[in-house]
Amino acid sequence: MSRAALFVLADGRFPAGGHAHSGGAEPAVAAGRIKDADSLEEFCRGRLHTAGLVAAGLAAAAAAGHDPLALDEAADARTPVQALRTTARKLGRQMMRAARATWPSAELDALSAARPRGAHQPVVLGLAARSAGLAPLDAAYAVAYETVSGPATAAVRLLSLDPFDATAVLARLAPDLDRTAAAAAAAAGRIPEEGFDALPAASAPLLDITAQQHAAWPVRLFAS
Amino acid sequence: MTLVPPPAAAAPGRTAVGVRATARITATVGGTATTLPVLDGDGPFELRRLRSHGSEARVCIVGAMSAPLGGDRLRIEATAQQGAALHITSAAATLALRGPDSEHATYDVHLTAGEHAQLHWLPKPLICAGGSDLRQTWTVDLAPTARLVLREEQILGRTGESPGHVATRLTVRRGGRTLLDQQAEYGPGAPGWDGPAVLAGHRAAGQLLIVDPVFEETPLEVQLLGGSPEDGQAVLTPLAGPAALVTAVAPDGLRLRHLLDTAQATFRRTVPGASAIREGR
Repeated sequence: MSRAALFVLADGRFPAGGHAHSGGAEPAVAAGRIKDADSLEEFCRGRLHTAGLVAAGLAAAAAAGHDPLALDEAADARTPVQALRTTARKLGRQMMRAARATWPSAELDALSAARPRGAHQPVVLGLAARSAGLAPLDAAYAVAYETVSGPATAAVRLLSLDPFDATAVLARLAPDLDRTAAAAAAAAGRIPEEGFDALPAASAPLLDITAQQHAAWPVRLFAS
Repeated sequence: MTLVPPPAAAAPGRTAVGVRATARITATVGGTATTLPVLDGDGPFELRRLRSHGSEARVCIVGAMSAPLGGDRLRIEATAQQGAALHITSAAATLALRGPDSEHATYDVHLTAGEHAQLHWLPKPLICAGGSDLRQTWTVDLAPTARLVLREEQILGRTGESPGHVATRLTVRRGGRTLLDQQAEYGPGAPGWDGPAVLAGHRAAGQLLIVDPVFEETPLEVQLLGGSPEDGQAVLTPLAGPAALVTAVAPDGLRLRHLLDTAQATFRRTVPGASAIREGR
């Protein structure tokens, strides 16, 4: 296994389409709820400990070799809002294309064939990490980081926030990222005893509500 | 109801550790109407049978003592057997309070509905008083042809009061497969709970879940509910299975209920054969 593969996977320039998504930051900026570095940090912290934790758990479980189709169903059950399921599958399809080119594997091929319109992105990412020889905790880190780096990057564009300030927000979230990734990997480790109920299902009402509202905007800068 | 450890000099009905109580309701079809062969209140849960509505049996949960307090272990099990129609409400809001020490309370609701059964769980809201710490779960097992209407509302703190801590998990299985699994955590100690991604100053959050096999054929359309930001916001979305969920946040319990009632009225108007949610209140 090469640990450096984690940098390739977690790099914001990995060609999986994530740059077109704000992770809910666009509607939060429009509503005035994200207006500076401090509110961006609180937004990211809330997203990390809810949607981020859920996604990291799914990715860690996929990286550990649990059935990706069952995980895809678990992801559906944890994503009650239609707009977010659509986004997750769209991103999953793009991640799949990049992953199969980068770390080809029979498992990726099988999931791609079973879910031609895309599986949930964290499941695909976890399987990509597995194909790259990475550990479940690595996959959890990649997803947890992406959960906060997406909105932080988007906020720079939406608010003309100083990129130094946005990066400082990410640095301040490092202890939360450590905790989230560890909790996600630990949950995935409990699947053999507890089944998929072991996976986190944390929710954030405003992320859910505003994602569906945002999907109905006629003009928007980000896809989600 | 059992009290652990045995009460020494504690107030009657409660010890430093708390109340342990399980109330049970079973509804079954007897002739043309639903009957209630099991209606066992326990501890803080007094169960009252209300006048039936058509073939539907109705039960009201009446609070017999202040609960849940920290340390309490409370549970309600309600089953609508094959073909039965059971409607459960509560007489008053549930008020979670701090116990004698910082120990949390638990309140677990287990709902089961058999083939062609119909179960409504529509209690009044949960109010999480300052200093309280509650873990609430709803575990729902539905047969493939069962119908469910479930509402849950959390109000964080009484008027002008700081909120307590509450962690919830709602798990719904249909035909053995998980249809919805959702946790929420609000109040002191829950990271980011009052930030722009989670509640952003709103003090009331709630959901209305409707599961009905009719949605296999005709899933509900997405609907955005709520007007100006000060009225709160809600969205109705179809789940990945035959169900729809309304998620709502509002500044207070009154406006939250208004949003959920609006959503429920929408269901009644748009769903063919909306008998499952007739009289959903």
